[in-house]
Amino acid sequence: MLFEVFIRSQHGVAHKHVGSLHAPDAALALDNARDVYTRRNEGTSIWVVPSSAITAGSPDDKQPLFEPAQSKIYRHPGFFPVPPEVKNL
Amino acid sequence: MESATVGFDQRIAAGVKIEPRDEMPEAYRKTLIRQISQHAHSEIVGQLPEGNWISRAPTLQRKAILLAKVQDEAGHGLYLYCAAETLGVARSELVADLLSGKAKYSSIFNYPTLSWADIGAIGWLVDGAAILNQIPLCRCSYGPYARAMVRICKEESFHQRQGFDILLKLCRGTTAQKDMAQDALNRWWWPSLMMFGPPDEQSSHSAQSMAWKIKLISNDGLRQKFIDQTVPQADFLGLRVPDDHLRWNEETGHYEYGPINWEEFQQVIRGNGPCNRDRLETRRRAHQQGAWVREALDAHAQKQTARG
Repeated sequence: MLFEVFIRSQHGVAHKHVGSLHAPDAALALDNARDVYTRRNEGTSIWVVPSSAITAGSPDDKQPLFEPAQSKIYRHPGFFPVPPEVKNL
Repeated sequence: MESATVGFDQRIAAGVKIEPRDEMPEAYRKTLIRQISQHAHSEIVGQLPEGNWISRAPTLQRKAILLAKVQDEAGHGLYLYCAAETLGVARSELVADLLSGKAKYSSIFNYPTLSWADIGAIGWLVDGAAILNQIPLCRCSYGPYARAMVRICKEESFHQRQGFDILLKLCRGTTAQKDMAQDALNRWWWPSLMMFGPPDEQSSHSAQSMAWKIKLISNDGLRQKFIDQTVPQADFLGLRVPDDHLRWNEETGHYEYGPINWEEFQQVIRGNGPCNRDRLETRRRAHQQGAWVREALDAHAQKQTARG
């Protein structure tokens, strides 16, 4: 069974996907993840998730999913010019 | 249990983040649920005063911008509800507490938006105050809350700037437009100062929350910072801050300001602000009217599962 592995590299940051591995069950997947992905003290916490539990967006849908945000540049603060005299904005 | 608390205190002291599965005192968990859910409710109810002007924004671009901002507030509410849920409370309970009136949200959203300039004032002042409150929370002791705050702060910057931009436009416009901006400042200034909460000596939860690092700067400290950075911005706009006692103190390097009407604050918190009833009724109606959508989504999901 394939598992995706997520590691929290240091306290305070979110778990990040680091790769995947095979294991017969979740408990062994955790053990294996420790050996495969944290041999050099890379983590403070591990999550394993069965790969089959992940629903991924299709690459074909990239355009309808993400293109609408491209034209909405006003969502970025830089869209609004701030006069140089104005501070702390 | 005692040793667990000692470990907890040491972690807090060392600046190590507390994560959902770590042991934590029950009071810490409860306080965080209250704080994070109040914050989430504020984001959700905060959509209402601004939503009032979406259909009447002066240009199509301003309308698109305001829509995007209100959409962000909904997103912020969702990040925060999820952070609260990591503490073992159900979303449905939190929403029920908001709708029943049991839970609180920021009192500022119980004031009405009477003119387009109010949309500018909310972005500039209300979001400006929120940013000052939220930036320290990016360093708070609870991991999921701190991480939600990082994301929110990034997005808030757009909110504050679009508000200032609205007011700048009005202040460079006709006399009537500038008067409208002044009127908005007159109405929003004091409620914005109240957003930081009661004076430190009257703030009931402050000491414990600061010890737990879920509050990092005192109410009065943040309020002073807000005034110090906002008054020069008002000067630039050519607007008058409605405080006869306001004056720059050369020695302290801070503005002195007049007394805040805390009785008004208490009244609004108790439900007697200008819009409290309207805000809750609107939320309840929206929840009721959306019930069929939630039911349909559940029915669809069940059908899909049954089909395999």
